[in-house]
Amino acid sequence: MIRWISGIVGLGIVAVLGWSLLWSIVGVVSDPPAPTAEAYVRAKHPLPSAELSSEGVLGKFDVRQLQRGFQVYKEVCSACHSLRLVSFRDLRQLGYDDGQVKAIAAGWQIEQPSVNPDTGEAATRKNLPSDHFPLVFANDVAARAANNNAVPPDLSLMTKARHEGPDYIYSLVGHGYVNQPADLLAKFPDAKTPKGLYYNQYFANLNIAMPPPLKSDGQVQYLDGTKPTVDQMAKDVAAFLTWTAEPNLDTRHGAGFAVLGFLLVFCVLAYGAYQNVWRNMKH
Amino acid sequence: MATLDHAVPPGEDPAPYHEAEDDPRRRDFINIAAVAWAGVGGAIVVLPLINQMSPSADVLAQSTTEVDLSKIEAGQGVVTSFRKQPLFVRHLTPKEITEANAVPVSELRDPQTLAERTKPGKENWLITLGVCTHLGCIPLGIHEGENRGQFGGYFCPCHGSQYDTAARIRKGPAPKNLAVPPYTFSSDTTVTVG
Amino acid sequence: MSFPWAKHYEPKYAVTKWVDERLPLPRLVYNAVGAGYPVPRNLNYFWNFGVLAGAALAVQIVTGIVLAMHYAANGGVAFDSVEHIMRDVNAGWFLRYAHANGASMFFIVVYTHIFRGLYYGSYKAPREMVWLLGVVIFLLMMATAFMGYVLPWGQMSFWGAQVITGFFSAIPIVGDTIRVWLLGGYAPDDAALNRFFSLHYLLPFVIAGVIVLHIWALHIPGSGNPTGVDVKGEQDTVPFHPYYTAKDGFGLGIFLVVFAVLIFFAPNYLGHPDNYIPANPLSTPAHIVPEWYFWPFYAILRAFTSDFILPAKLWGVLAMFGSIVLLFFLPWLDSSPVRSTNFRPVYRTFFWVLVADVLVLGWCGGSPAEPLYVIISQIAAAYYFAHFLVILPIVSRMERPRPLPTSITEAVLAKHGGTSPTKSAVSGSVLAAE
Repeated sequence: MIRWISGIVGLGIVAVLGWSLLWSIVGVVSDPPAPTAEAYVRAKHPLPSAELSSEGVLGKFDVRQLQRGFQVYKEVCSACHSLRLVSFRDLRQLGYDDGQVKAIAAGWQIEQPSVNPDTGEAATRKNLPSDHFPLVFANDVAARAANNNAVPPDLSLMTKARHEGPDYIYSLVGHGYVNQPADLLAKFPDAKTPKGLYYNQYFANLNIAMPPPLKSDGQVQYLDGTKPTVDQMAKDVAAFLTWTAEPNLDTRHGAGFAVLGFLLVFCVLAYGAYQNVWRNMKH
Repeated sequence: MATLDHAVPPGEDPAPYHEAEDDPRRRDFINIAAVAWAGVGGAIVVLPLINQMSPSADVLAQSTTEVDLSKIEAGQGVVTSFRKQPLFVRHLTPKEITEANAVPVSELRDPQTLAERTKPGKENWLITLGVCTHLGCIPLGIHEGENRGQFGGYFCPCHGSQYDTAARIRKGPAPKNLAVPPYTFSSDTTVTVG
Repeated sequence: MSFPWAKHYEPKYAVTKWVDERLPLPRLVYNAVGAGYPVPRNLNYFWNFGVLAGAALAVQIVTGIVLAMHYAANGGVAFDSVEHIMRDVNAGWFLRYAHANGASMFFIVVYTHIFRGLYYGSYKAPREMVWLLGVVIFLLMMATAFMGYVLPWGQMSFWGAQVITGFFSAIPIVGDTIRVWLLGGYAPDDAALNRFFSLHYLLPFVIAGVIVLHIWALHIPGSGNPTGVDVKGEQDTVPFHPYYTAKDGFGLGIFLVVFAVLIFFAPNYLGHPDNYIPANPLSTPAHIVPEWYFWPFYAILRAFTSDFILPAKLWGVLAMFGSIVLLFFLPWLDSSPVRSTNFRPVYRTFFWVLVADVLVLGWCGGSPAEPLYVIISQIAAAYYFAHFLVILPIVSRMERPRPLPTSITEAVLAKHGGTSPTKSAVSGSVLAAE
């Protein structure tokens, strides 16, 4: 009895799926999926690697590179992009001491929102190390108004919020802004970059609202004397943003090795105990 | 359901695992080692579970407060916040200092001299928590015009505790003097509390 | 426990005797997981996964309770509270990654456990109740995992909630009313987030309760074994402790190694980058996908693209739930008198096709809804339903199974080529080499 019911239900579902399958095939045959400009560009330009020291299971941050990256963020990016999940005190991890961190906070261009103690009106005050990096724009509306109707996203988690994040950032700002290739335009005339946007071969839909942030070599003067090529600055800021997204990476990798070592020893001991317990028992 | 057959092949013990009959110490050592190693692991894993309840980095970062003393005149006091509690910063007048030092320490419920409650050379700066040591109300007396009680210090309206010019308990139910938090003079006009 | 040769509990210490006389918990533990529970001696490593599932639940409960001390379930602060855990709470990153990857480990273990059940006929008489309770546990796990993923309030959290709660509006007439009731609003917002947090905290304890019933139901007939042949006598079994406590200890070690590799070296590998973007109700992600453990069901949902009397969307929802509900009927769909697929050569082929089919469905579920993937999903989904509802009932009725061993001991001996089921304790064994 149950066999009959299940058979009918089963064949029924298969029939409904067959119906959908039929129409899917008809759809594919009559209106085959068109290649997209994005797929075309993606195939021709795979993401170059930023070769960061934090990559891989043995990855560790290069503190000097983080400091350079912070300098790039400060001098190039911070005018539009906030870092609201990071606190000034976190910069100690970059090798700055308490005094330097206090100075960086106090000297930060954008001040922390506060209240005028006499009038009660909104005011600002200098940043303390315990503060988070303040927002650049009060809200999204203000951000759009100042940036041609685009909101510059917060960068705290950017390398975790994008697939292959560190390499993506490096590629986007370091090698993404090229002239829109003629063959692309020939194949996909709709992909022509609209006015007010910029062509970037690594951006999701190829046309980004951000003007090229790293325009030329030497835009930032590195304090450690490293040559500030666009490629170098892009790598450094990618490293810095990898840190802002994952400040605990070094600790995590270190703890991981210790834990894995411990567990592998445990597995050996546990296997030995298992063999010992079962030694006289065929199974 | 199959019938149960109790027959066991002759000469065999169906569950022959005993505590090692050959060499008790050697055979079961591996068992003990495995369990002990697991126990160590268990203890280690408990540590972060307990530690996560300790104050987080942002709370610790707000555990110090800086106070600017330059605007506080003698005879004035300000209230600020230290670890989310009120902090009384008072600039004592010479008269208040003399009054405090004139009190015999043995008469005090919580014996302390003014010198013990301030920094050497900075006896005119009295920095205490603004929390009554009885049941936690905020005493009056830090602001201009507030009731300072009969000892010229602070007066707690909740149950009538009265503190003197060195914020020591003199009358009323409070058991201890107003608490003095750890602080240092980072400069002549700035104090770092905590 | 039902076997007459099961050892009886003898309290060894005065303390345990005192407790046992007043509250028979020591004896309960002894009879459930101690030396008082006889278990077939021939279990393979696939039998480790039940205990591992229990361990995964324990990990989730402990890390979850601790995370709940720092998490704030309100739309404006939820995302930031999770980042607060990751950055400022002592070892917070470890707890968060353990909990997120622990969910994946829980599903990996449970899927293996389910497929063990399918292969070895663990759902067959007299263990049907064990199986039914197991399906209930699986459904509770899915609800818990779904609600848990909403809590960080990232883009996938929000949009996943939007899509899943949208299913309910496919129900005719009352659908949208139900959806609004579930959400406490017209879209996922604070009301939904708060109630998901409450229920996400509650359900694991309900799961724990059902697990108690699941194990209790198992311990009435006792554990199955790879041959599917019933236990005939004392020589077929060994006491759970120390034989299987030792084996499970080793299994736990391997589980923890895999878990540690995920937490410490690839903590975001199984996740989706979009969930690191704060939820934005006005911006839909390019590809909404649930977590990997839901992908096969997501593929079944999206396979129904054409209306057929009922709207396609309703078919999709019904089929998606149906694909799990049909598991409840499995003990009655499969009428083979033989439990273990080891002895069912015809069915065995279909079993492995099913495994491949589920993997294909999973791959489709995680892919964008492009025509190629949709077509493959449609074929794969058709096989899934055909397998359980058409093929299995027919094959189980018609196939000729291979001859079964007369007992577990016989099977073990045949494997080792010896005459005694134990190895000689005398040094320089005289028995045939193993």
